[in-house]
Amino acid sequence: MIEVRELVKDFGGFRAVDGVSFAVPAGQIFGFLGPNGAGKTTTVKMLTTVLRPTSGTVLIDGHDAAREPLAARRCLGIVFQDPSVDNELTAAENLEVHGVLYGVPAAERRRACEELLRFVELWERRDEIVKQFSGGMIRRLELARALMHKPRILFLDEPTVGLDPQTRSHIWAFVERSARERATTVFFTTHYMDEAERVAQELAVIDHGRIVARGSPEAIKRQTKAATLEEAFIALTGHSIRDEDASPADQMRQMSKLWRGRR
Amino acid sequence: MGAVWILCLRQLKRYARARARILASLGQPVLFLVALGFGFAPVFKQAGRGDYIEYLAPGVVAMGILFTAAFSGIEIIWDRQFGFLKETLVAPISRLQIVLGRTLGGAAVALLQGVVVFGLCILAGFRVQRPALLPVAFAFMALISLAFTAVGTVIGSSLDDMQALPLVMNLVVTPLFFLSSAIFPLEGLPRWLMLASRLNPLTYGIDGLRGALTGEFATPLALDALILGAVTVALLALGAWRFSRIEV
Repeated sequence: MIEVRELVKDFGGFRAVDGVSFAVPAGQIFGFLGPNGAGKTTTVKMLTTVLRPTSGTVLIDGHDAAREPLAARRCLGIVFQDPSVDNELTAAENLEVHGVLYGVPAAERRRACEELLRFVELWERRDEIVKQFSGGMIRRLELARALMHKPRILFLDEPTVGLDPQTRSHIWAFVERSARERATTVFFTTHYMDEAERVAQELAVIDHGRIVARGSPEAIKRQTKAATLEEAFIALTGHSIRDEDASPADQMRQMSKLWRGRR
Repeated sequence: MGAVWILCLRQLKRYARARARILASLGQPVLFLVALGFGFAPVFKQAGRGDYIEYLAPGVVAMGILFTAAFSGIEIIWDRQFGFLKETLVAPISRLQIVLGRTLGGAAVALLQGVVVFGLCILAGFRVQRPALLPVAFAFMALISLAFTAVGTVIGSSLDDMQALPLVMNLVVTPLFFLSSAIFPLEGLPRWLMLASRLNPLTYGIDGLRGALTGEFATPLALDALILGAVTVALLALGAWRFSRIEV
């Protein structure tokens, strides 16, 4: 369903992603882990067609993300790391806009809007302006929105960051249910290892732009002789804090942005 | 086409809900109309130029439009900051459709604002001399809306600093406004100032609007329409190109 071959992304002279390859079969819940600055977000951006790879290919349900971005996007439902709703529209209007952008027919939009808002328990608040929603409600709304056009692949970039444990377990329950009932392939990233261990059927760990481990949570724990996934993760990626590693990449990105603006 | 329409509609909805913004953006044109209009009317009359409100009102209508239109560019930065821009960029539609929807939405809002200011001018004593030319006047208002929404798109797509945008916008739009015959006639100006005004496309937009409303054209209507139309098309293309280069 997702196939990534020899993916490379350079920012100026800095190689953020360095020959990443993996595949996610249909219907699987796949977790993509890595410390800050490891190349995780850059990979996600290339998979979601936001960023063009320097080299290598991304196939989304058979569509090349760089060459046929529109076809690839139709298969993707995305929940970004940061909120991306329109704050000044109502919950229902946000879904309506999404449905139209993805070419969902009007009758189907009305049906999906009710079904999904009930699914994430926001139906009663459908006509409220999103500005008044809490962080957890916005996340649930975004999850409903991402499912509006019946995507074959659901992308979740740190979907539970900053949420309380109740909301987090709610969100995962929704995701698992939609994977089961709608046969959706799920690709997610997270920093919460307990979530990754519980939810993912298959994991990949990225560090310094390369995949350093692949397999089920159990297999990765066995491979590193760790008791928990958290320990396995630290065994694979080290103890040091990665803010310093992140900054050269960010600086390069900033620089290249500036230059592009000037040209 | 559904995508273009829904993005346009979204902006109209946001506008309708932001009552404080509507009132605040009417403030400046009303101030110009009242302070300049009534303040300079006696001088204008003594100089043998007739009714100043008649002269000023089309300029004030254009002002209401162009500041609203240009500042719609801030919504691009706003949407980038609050993430909605990303939602549209990963949708299975082209960048051109997105920028078209946004520009039409921004221009529709500016045009509405212009119609409201026009109504206020009538209340202040402005009289339409050539009712038959009203459609022409609205066409000029629509073109000015589109042109300056495109200016907003160019600036909004090129900056990612929300605080810099109003400064840059004022730096660009305010001189264009003052050098456009909106508030004073161009005859008798120093040569360099006259030249600057002649090079300003807004001069032709305001002349067309004023001519259609009062019957007094400084340049022929066809020339006004041609210059403003050509500049609008060029600005729309530039806006679409800048928008297509946005990265998130």
